[in-house]
Order: sequence, then C-alpha cells, then structure tokens
Amino acid sequence: MIIARREAWTGRLLLVLLMAVTILPFLSLFVTALHPSGTYPVGLAWPSDPQWGNFVTAFQAANMSELLKSSVLIVLGVVPISILLGTMAGFALGHLRMAGSRLVFLLFVLGLTLPFEGVITPLYYQIRDMGLLNTRWAIILPLIGLFMPFSVFWMRAHFVNMPGELSESARIDGANVWQLFRRIHVPLAMPAISSLGILLFLWTWNQFLLAIVLVDDPVKRTMSGALGAFQGQWGTDIPLLCAGSLLILTPTLVIFLIFQRRFVTALLQGSVKG
Amino acid sequence: MTRPVPGQSPPRPAAVAKARSARGWAGWLFVIPAFAFYAVFVLRPIALTAQYSLYRWDGIGPSTWVGLANYAKVFTDPDLFDSLVNAFKLIVFFSVIPVVLGLTIAATIRRIAQSRLALVARTVLFLPQVIPLVAAGIAWSWLLSSTGVVNQLLSLVGLGGVTRAWLGDLSTALPAVGMIGAWVLLGLCTILLLAGMSKIDPALYEAARLDGAGAWREFVSITVPSLRQEIGVCVTVTVIAALASFDIVYISTQGGPGNATMVPGLQIYYLAFSEREVGMASALAMVLMVLVIAIALPIQRLTKDTDQ
Repeated sequence: MIIARREAWTGRLLLVLLMAVTILPFLSLFVTALHPSGTYPVGLAWPSDPQWGNFVTAFQAANMSELLKSSVLIVLGVVPISILLGTMAGFALGHLRMAGSRLVFLLFVLGLTLPFEGVITPLYYQIRDMGLLNTRWAIILPLIGLFMPFSVFWMRAHFVNMPGELSESARIDGANVWQLFRRIHVPLAMPAISSLGILLFLWTWNQFLLAIVLVDDPVKRTMSGALGAFQGQWGTDIPLLCAGSLLILTPTLVIFLIFQRRFVTALLQGSVKG
Repeated sequence: MTRPVPGQSPPRPAAVAKARSARGWAGWLFVIPAFAFYAVFVLRPIALTAQYSLYRWDGIGPSTWVGLANYAKVFTDPDLFDSLVNAFKLIVFFSVIPVVLGLTIAATIRRIAQSRLALVARTVLFLPQVIPLVAAGIAWSWLLSSTGVVNQLLSLVGLGGVTRAWLGDLSTALPAVGMIGAWVLLGLCTILLLAGMSKIDPALYEAARLDGAGAWREFVSITVPSLRQEIGVCVTVTVIAALASFDIVYISTQGGPGNATMVPGLQIYYLAFSEREVGMASALAMVLMVLVIAIALPIQRLTKDTDQ
C-alpha cells in the first residue's frame, strides 16, 4: 500500500513536470510577445508595461485575415476530395475486393511512409508545366495525391471489418454498388471518416514544404508556410515574431480544444495504423 | 469471402459469376479516381526523381547523362554524406529519447492513468502534435537563444558556465535541434504507450508482485513485452520524423552553423532550388526514400509477425 501511494505521488510529480516542459515554449512565446516591439527581452520575465497592441500589429503585419482565408480555401480543397476518393477506394479495396485489388493496395501502401522531400523537385517542374505555380492549386492537388495512401489505407482498415452479410441483404433488395456504398456503408463509416477528416485538416493546415516551394506569395500559402515568410521578414523583431507565431498557431489550438477528444483518438489511431 | 449463408440454397453459379464481374467493374470505378491522383502526384514524381538522379541538370538548360555519378557523389562528398550522418544522429533524439523516456514515464504514471490529472495531461501533451512544426521551431529558437529561458534556468541552478547560444554553437547545434524534435514527439509516445499499457491485464502485475518482483523486473518482463506493437509504432513514426526532418531545421538553424545541422531534406531543397543541382538533389532524394522504406519495413515486420 505504501509503495503504491509513493508510486502515485512520483507519477503525479512526473506528469506535472512533463506538462510544464510541454507548456514552457508557449508561455515563453506569450510573455515575450508582450514586451515592447523591437526590444530583446531576457528569458521569462513579465514586462513592466505589457504591450497587448503587439498582437494587433502582428495581425496586420502578417495579413492574418487573408492568411486565414487562404488556409481555409486550401483545406476546403484538400479535405473533402481526399475523403470522398479515399473512402470510395477504401470501400472497393476493403469490401468489394475485386481480383487484383490486393496488388493495387500494396502500391498505395508503398506511398505511406514517403518523405515529401523525395518528390518535391519533380513536383515543382510538374506544377510549373501545368501552369499552376503560385496558385493555391499548387498546394491542393499534390496534397490530395500525397495524402491518398493514408486516406485509402485508413478507410480500407474500416471497411475490411464490415461484415459481408450487410451487403448481401442489400443486394438481395436490388441495390446496385453505388447505392450499397452511399446508403449503407457511408453512414456506418462516419466515425472513421470524421477521424480521417481531422487528421487531414491538421496535416494540410500545418503543411510547410509544399507551401514554400510551390507558392511564392505568402498570402496564398497555408498558415504554416506564411509563418516561414513572416519569420524571414520580422525575424529581428522578437516580440512581434512571437506575437505573430502565437496568432498563427491559435486557429489549430482552438479547434483542437473544441474537438479534443476526437483529436486525441484520431491521432492515436492514426499513428497506430500509419 | 462470399460464404453461402447456411439454410439458403446457394445462387446458381452463372448468376454469381455475373454478379462478381459486375462488382469487379464497379469496384475499379471506385478505385480509379483515387489512384489517378496518386499516380500523377506521387508515382510519376517518384519515377521522375529516379530519372533526374541519373543526369546532371540545372533545371533550365539541356541535361547530360552521368549514370550513377550523382549517387557516388552523395556517398563521397563530405557535405552530402554528412547530412545523412546527421539524420542518423537525430534518431537518437527523435526516437531513442521519446521512446525510452516515454516508456519510463508511462510505466510510472500507469497507476494514475484514470485520474483527472492524467486526463488533463493527455490534452496538454498532445499540443506539440497539433501546432505547426514551424511554430515549435520559432518558439524553441527563442528558448535556446543566448538570452533564452534555457540559459536562464541553467544559471538559476548554478550552471551559468555552460550557457551559450545553443543553436549557434558548432558542437551543440545538432543536439539542440534534436531536443526540439524530442519535445514534439515525447508526448505522443508517452500517450501511445500509456494507451497500450491500459490493455495489459492487471492480474499479471498482481501475480508478479506476489512473486516478489520489483518495479524494474515488472517493467522488463511484463510491460515492455506486452507493448511490442506500440513500441514498434513509436519507433517507426519517430525514426521517419528524424530521417525526413525539414520544418524544424529550416526554421531554427537553416542547416548551420556551417553544415552542423544539415539534414537530407534541407539539402535536397537547397540543391534543387538554390544551387540548381537537380540531378544531385534527386540522387539524395532517392537515397532518402530508400532509407526510410528500408528502416520502416523491418520494424513493422518485427512487431507484427511475432505478435500472432
């Protein structure tokens, strides 16, 4: 009993310590952001005269409203199409299992661990030849392709576990494959689909490499890519840079805190399956 | 997998065959759109990377065939080869620290995993996974700077002598970048392992306690073996994150000082888009892709096969 209680206390202490280390960078960003713009603050120190106006200045300097719009547009381009196509392919490869589908699935699996740096060079020339450089399509279209292995893998894992009898009875009622998919399987797949949506949203919103290579204009990038440009421009003004970074990570933070339970489950499952 | 339902007369073979082939056609129609995107934006670029890697090309003018010379250069040119070595050194920070520390922490807090504190911790520890790596890079660059919090803390505990600009010092830059990665991945590993531990039968621990096993013995003979699969997942995810690191390094050091923190991802970016050595960039990209698969595949095998 004594051992157990001591263990519980060590556990609590360790947890608090771990949380402190996790939060420290955010805290430091916040405190630094309140110092007068252009100064070089030392460590963690609450400023004598907190400059809340820095957030307004950074909001304008980073053109935040445009950035938010751009990121939302990119997410709206990537996530619905990826979900639709990934679910359809996952359904066929996991549930219908046509002859030869296993081979196609293995081909998708090949792309599961692909580092994006591996294909960024040819992607640049391909997007240039398509005339899409510096447009949001330059981020949207490749991301749909790059996320496809995971989307298909994820949805297939769901459909593989669906009992075959479900489809048999629907087929006896004369439903064709599309109706079977749309009316019976999609509604049942909603939990898997929403988790996939969360992961795709996060990965799109935070995408950096594609944004800096394929789009020059920060206002047409993802939030993450724009932050890179913001750092280049305001890197010497530490308080302003910190304020800008906080503003840019706020949207994901807010969405995470609202949907935190779904997020944690999705991320846990996502890493297990991926 | 279409087993006849017992108690029903099986449908006539011709009808089954017809239904199957109709299903086959429709099935492929379901796969084709997804595959088209995959082929155009992943498979074709991979093939092109392989092709470019055999040429010398500045991205604009004509290209010249050089065979495997680019690959030879990747393994002999110190600048290029060092980036690969750095990627492997980063594995120590991105994988070994989060997995070992995560295991230790998860084993310690196992008993209080259902408490309110642990639930709060689950949310907090996930924050690094949710924010853009770029933001993590900026925050840590500031923490690790000469007047940052890390040095402030060190001075506070009397270690003022070792304070420095951690990311700007030749000998500490790479470990400092590694620590940023460890910070990002530690929470994920801890929670993943904790989730795995909750599935272990508590009777196993009770039996071990009755047999007089200590905490260490328990950890080695029950916890670690039961978590084989979760550990495999953590190792795979973190090793790939180390080998393919880009965002954190780009933001915090840009590969410097000198080439101290140069990693393959960043090197590919510089070679292709600043130095206009498309062939060389592609050869390094091929090596990186092969490395990732060569490392990810055996880990998956190892943890899955023995499980059944």
